[in-house]
Amino acid sequence: MSNVVISDVRKNYGPTKVIHGVDIDIDDGEFVVLVGPSGCGKSTLLRMIAGLEDITGGEVRIGSRIVNDVVAKDRDIAMVFQNYALYPHMTVAENMDFSLKLKGMGKGEREERVAKAADILGLGPLLARYPRQLSGGQRQRVAMGRAIVRDPQVFLFDEPLSNLDAKLRVEMRSEIKALQHRLKTTTIYVTHDQIEAMTMADKIVVMRDGVVEQCDTPLNLYDRPANMFVAAFIGSPSMNFIEGHVQSGANGPAFISKDGVEMALPAGANPPVGTAVTYGFRPEHMALTAAGVAGALPASITLVEPTGSETMVFLKLGTAAVAGVFRERITAGEGDVIHVLPDPTRAHLFDPDTGKRLT
Amino acid sequence: MTDTLAFVPVLIAIGAIGIPVLTYVGLGLGEGILSLLPQGLSGSLRPWVWLSLPILLVLLILIYPIIVTLFTSLRDARGEGFVGGSNYLWAFSGTMMSILKNNIIWLIGFPAVTLVLSLATAVLFDKVKYEPVAMTVVILPTAISFTAGSVIWTQMYSFQPQGMTQIGTLNAIRSLFGLAPVPWLIAPVVNTLSLIFIAVWLQLGIATLILSSAIKNIGSEMLEAARLDGAGEWRIFRSMVLPNIVPSVMVVLTTMIIASLKVFDIVYVMTNGNFGTNVIANRLYYELFSANNLGHASAIAVILLVCALPVALINIFHFRAENKA
Repeated sequence: MSNVVISDVRKNYGPTKVIHGVDIDIDDGEFVVLVGPSGCGKSTLLRMIAGLEDITGGEVRIGSRIVNDVVAKDRDIAMVFQNYALYPHMTVAENMDFSLKLKGMGKGEREERVAKAADILGLGPLLARYPRQLSGGQRQRVAMGRAIVRDPQVFLFDEPLSNLDAKLRVEMRSEIKALQHRLKTTTIYVTHDQIEAMTMADKIVVMRDGVVEQCDTPLNLYDRPANMFVAAFIGSPSMNFIEGHVQSGANGPAFISKDGVEMALPAGANPPVGTAVTYGFRPEHMALTAAGVAGALPASITLVEPTGSETMVFLKLGTAAVAGVFRERITAGEGDVIHVLPDPTRAHLFDPDTGKRLT
Repeated sequence: MTDTLAFVPVLIAIGAIGIPVLTYVGLGLGEGILSLLPQGLSGSLRPWVWLSLPILLVLLILIYPIIVTLFTSLRDARGEGFVGGSNYLWAFSGTMMSILKNNIIWLIGFPAVTLVLSLATAVLFDKVKYEPVAMTVVILPTAISFTAGSVIWTQMYSFQPQGMTQIGTLNAIRSLFGLAPVPWLIAPVVNTLSLIFIAVWLQLGIATLILSSAIKNIGSEMLEAARLDGAGEWRIFRSMVLPNIVPSVMVVLTTMIIASLKVFDIVYVMTNGNFGTNVIANRLYYELFSANNLGHASAIAVILLVCALPVALINIFHFRAENKA
C-alpha cells in the first residue's frame, strides 16, 4: 500500500497533446475515481500510471519511488481491464497464480493466497474452469481475484463494469467498494459513469480534454461544482442552466433570464447589478407549487416520464428547456402549465464566459 | 493425335454446358420426387439429394483413382499380373532405403526450420514499425514458383573446384574470407540440407503470414495484463503468445509436413535426385515416366498417401475442436 502523487503529468502522441499537465494527490488507502466523458484522457492517465504508456512530461510517484522509468512489471500494481483480459488458456486458479509464480513464490504460499482470494470473491467452485466457461460477472470476479492475490501497492480499474448488465453492475459496484474497504489498498478507478463515481469514490477527479476540472469528495462536487462542466456532468438528470443577468427587483437584486423569468439569487451570491450570469439549479431542487405563491414560476410541460418512485418532467420556463424531478405523481400532461419554485439555497450562479461558479 | 485434340474444345463445351444442366435436372428431379414423399421423410432425405452430386464427384475423381492405384500397386510393372506385396517389399529395400532416409530428413528439417524461423519473424515483425515492408520482403519468394526458385538457388549454390573463380554467391562469399568452397549440391547430407533451405526460403513468407495474423489476434489487453503480472518479453511469448496460437502453429506444421512428404520439383530441378538427394516423389516420377513401372509407382503413391493421411486428419480434427471451443 502506498500513496500516489501525479505531478504535472503530460502526454503527447506526436504533435497531439492528450493530457495537459495533471496534478492529483492520492492518499494511502484512498479510493479515487477518474471520471469524464470519452476521450478526456482518463484511461490514458491510468495506463501511464500502470506503465503501459510512456509519460511525456511530469512525474508519477508511487510511494517514495518515481516510476516514470520503471517498467510496468516492476511497478507493483495490479490492473483490472474493461474486457477482463483473462488468460484464455489457463484455468481460473492458474490465472490468479500466474503472477505469484513469476514472483518465485513457494507452492504452498501460492495455493494459500489463491484459495484466500477465491474465498473472498466466491470463486472457490470455479477454480478449475476456463474463462470461456464463465459468465461475464464471474470473469469480472476472476479479473479482480487476479489483482488481489498479488497484494499490490495500488489497484487500477479501467471501466471494469461497463461490460456487465445493469443489475450486475450495481451489485459489483458495492462489492468492489466493500472489497477495497476491507483490503485498504490504494485504488484508482476509471469510469465514464458518474453514478459509479459518486457511489464508490472517496475522491472524484473530473477530467475533460486532458485537464482536471475538479478534484473533490463526491458530495462536494455535487454541492459545490467548480464550473458548469462539473455541474452538468455530476448529477442525473443534468443541472438546468438559464442565461440572464442580475437586476434589482422588488426584494433587492434578483436574476432575470433573457426572456424575463425572475428568480431569487442563490444564497450567498451577490454579484453587482447588471452582471451577465448563468443560473444553475438541479432538477431535484425544484418544488411543485401553486400559482400565486411568492416566486412561483409558470412552466409548460413538454414531456412527463414517470419512473414510479418519482416523476421526471421536461418543462419550458419562458423559452428555456429545463428538467424537474418530483416525488409527487403528476397528472398534468403535455402542454399543461404547472407552477414550480427552484430552491435558491441550492442554486448556483456561473460566469457565462469562463463557466466558473461565482461564489 | 490431331483427331483427339480436335475433340478438346467440344469436350470443354459439353462440360461447361452439360454439367450445370445435369446438376439442374438432377436436383429438379430429386426435389420432384421429394415433394411426393411424406413431410418427415422428404425432410430427412433432402440433404442427401443435394449432397448426392458432390459425393458422386468425389467418388469419381478422388476415391476411384485411389482404389485403382491400390490395386495397381499389387500388380507388375505393366499393371497386369498380380504380384502380391512385392512392390512394397521393393519400396522398403535397397536404394529406396536411402531415399526414405532423405525424406525423413526433409520431414524433420523442413517443418522445424520453417516453424522456428517463421515464429521468430512473426514475433519480431510485430514489434517494429516497418512491419509491412519487412513482411513484403519475406513474402516475395512465395510468389516465385518452386522451379524458378530452384533456378535462382542453382546460381547461389554454384561450385567450382578450389583455386578457380567462384561464381556461386555462397562460395564467392566464402572465398572472400579465404574459406574453401563447399560443394553445396554434391556433398552428402549437406546437399539435402541445402535443398531443404530452398523450400524454407520459398515457404517462410506464407508461414510467417499465418502466424503473424494469429499473433495479431491475441488481445493486447491480455498481454498488458501479463506484463503487469510481472512477465518479461520471453515469458509473454512462452506463456501467452505461444499457447494462444497453437491452432495456427498446427496449420503451419502439418502443411509443411505434407509438403516435405511430397517434395519433388526442387529436387528434380536442382539435382534430379543425384548425389544421394533423391526423394520418394522424384522416384515416383522416375518409376512412372522413365522406368514405366506402374506397380512400383503405384506402391510409392500409396505409401505417400498413407504417410500424409494421419497428418491431414490431425489437422481436420484439430480444426474441428478449435471451432467447437
